[in-house]
Amino acid sequence: MTLNVLNPGLLTTMQDNGRFGSQKYGIIVSGAMDSYSMRIANLLVGNDENEAVLEITLFGTTLQFEEDTLISITGGDLQTTIDGISVPTWRPMIIKKGSILTFGFAIEGCRAYLALAGGIHVPSAIGSKSTYIVAGIGGFKGRPLQQGDRIPLGKPTATNERIFQQTVQFGGISNWAVPYHSLVSLDSTQTIRIIKGTEYDHFDNDSKEALVREAYVVTPQSNRMGSRLEGPSLSLTEKLELLSEGVTFGTVQIPPNGKPIILMADRQTTGGYPKIAQVITADLGSLSQLKPNAKLYFQLVTHTKAEEELLAKEQLINEIRTGIQQKTK
Amino acid sequence: MNKKKALTIKALGDSAIMIKLGEGIDPLIHQQVKNLSFLLNEQPFDGFIESVPAYNNLTVYYSPYKVHQSKIGFSVTGTPIEKVIDYMNTLAENISEIPVAGGNLVHIPVLYGGEYGPDLKIVADTHGLSIEEVIAIHTEPEYLVYMIGFAPGFPFLGGLDERIATPRKITPRTAIAPGSVGIAGKQTGVYPLETPGGWQIIGRTPIDLFLPDMSPPSLLQAGDKIKFCPITSEEYEQQKKVNK
Repeated sequence: MTLNVLNPGLLTTMQDNGRFGSQKYGIIVSGAMDSYSMRIANLLVGNDENEAVLEITLFGTTLQFEEDTLISITGGDLQTTIDGISVPTWRPMIIKKGSILTFGFAIEGCRAYLALAGGIHVPSAIGSKSTYIVAGIGGFKGRPLQQGDRIPLGKPTATNERIFQQTVQFGGISNWAVPYHSLVSLDSTQTIRIIKGTEYDHFDNDSKEALVREAYVVTPQSNRMGSRLEGPSLSLTEKLELLSEGVTFGTVQIPPNGKPIILMADRQTTGGYPKIAQVITADLGSLSQLKPNAKLYFQLVTHTKAEEELLAKEQLINEIRTGIQQKTK
Repeated sequence: MNKKKALTIKALGDSAIMIKLGEGIDPLIHQQVKNLSFLLNEQPFDGFIESVPAYNNLTVYYSPYKVHQSKIGFSVTGTPIEKVIDYMNTLAENISEIPVAGGNLVHIPVLYGGEYGPDLKIVADTHGLSIEEVIAIHTEPEYLVYMIGFAPGFPFLGGLDERIATPRKITPRTAIAPGSVGIAGKQTGVYPLETPGGWQIIGRTPIDLFLPDMSPPSLLQAGDKIKFCPITSEEYEQQKKVNK
């Protein structure tokens, strides 16, 4: 089973849940930016939820399938079509042999996820199939997809087969879909919840107030490493000498120019800028769906609230998983 | 030893904590970081993902969901972070009792100067030293690897002699070749991958620091010591061939 890349689009990479366990060696985590959408995409086709998927950014990707293949598309709405006909998302569907899947321009959200039944047949590199572009490892040949690439797909399991057969009964497109709105927001302006960062108390009061009062804009310089924001500059009460130390997904750090950078999936493992805040895990998916020039507002919540929201989303995924199992019995 | 007093824990978001064992850059504090990291990896809690040692702190990454689900292994009930902090505090009580977690001495051969070390003369001129003196001073100490970060396999080293500490270049280079050995202020290090950078490049090593096909994927780890050894261009080429 092979997937042919007719047009790679702006940036299409293979991503799973990330490369954990080697950050102490400077190996970055990577993984899907919106991991909630990635996990649901896999569950919809009967894969392990951490199997690699394709992450398609903003526009332009065109793929052709060599065999009838069970797929699902989640995440941002990139006006997906099969052979020119618009198709629904967040549900299992079958793309026929020879058919062409096209992602147009993102009308909602920024990144779409394409899961393929049986997964993608590439070797793990340092424990993950995620593409680590700088080191040239993982994913497909350690790089974003290019025109002419032939992506080998994995062998479908019994679960993949069962959902395939059931989807055939629906004429190739399931009549049910996963309601995703409580999991990920695709709104063009969002409120992103944060908790205090490790150096929050070192920032002056004007900065602390501006952070949660004013709008910030995601600049076009943002990428999988970091979301660089435009908005009020934030400053420390006095100069702080910091040594490099661990950072994580969602760390909001303030470089000397005062403009916040939110560290994203391809962040370096360590950093030395003061950390004013930390985006709560439950909102990282929604944050990842903000397009360049989108506006966001930060809302400060407690650590306990952040944990509750995280646990609630895991509970929701459990319910979705159970729901999919019942629908595809 | 008042290690309990020095142990301060901060939340790094909702899925990690940062455990501070002291201030500044100090081999003794770092040894405690290394020991705690060693102990944690030997006795991980349910939901532990990984830990990253730095100069004076250890970042511990975990899954709050798995900690929440865990029925065993935590002596307290409460929120995930409360359980993890309690676990780490108990673990930290044993820091001084465990044998000192070891570190290897790794020799790094370096071809100094010439095409591969274009800034060696700048470093020498800045301090009124000869090129030979800079090489002698740079190869003299055993440098402690405090942490790996910035790039895969990139060591943050302590112990650079003040006599050759040199400010970064005003205009960073757009690409520094893998293996380049540099100085930036009081730091010295080796670039494992081609990256942009402002370090003064004084030489290049033919050996690889990032080993993607090996386990662990890094030649060095926190707690190791390294010693730079000068080599000739013939020895450099010889070693390069061995790598292939």
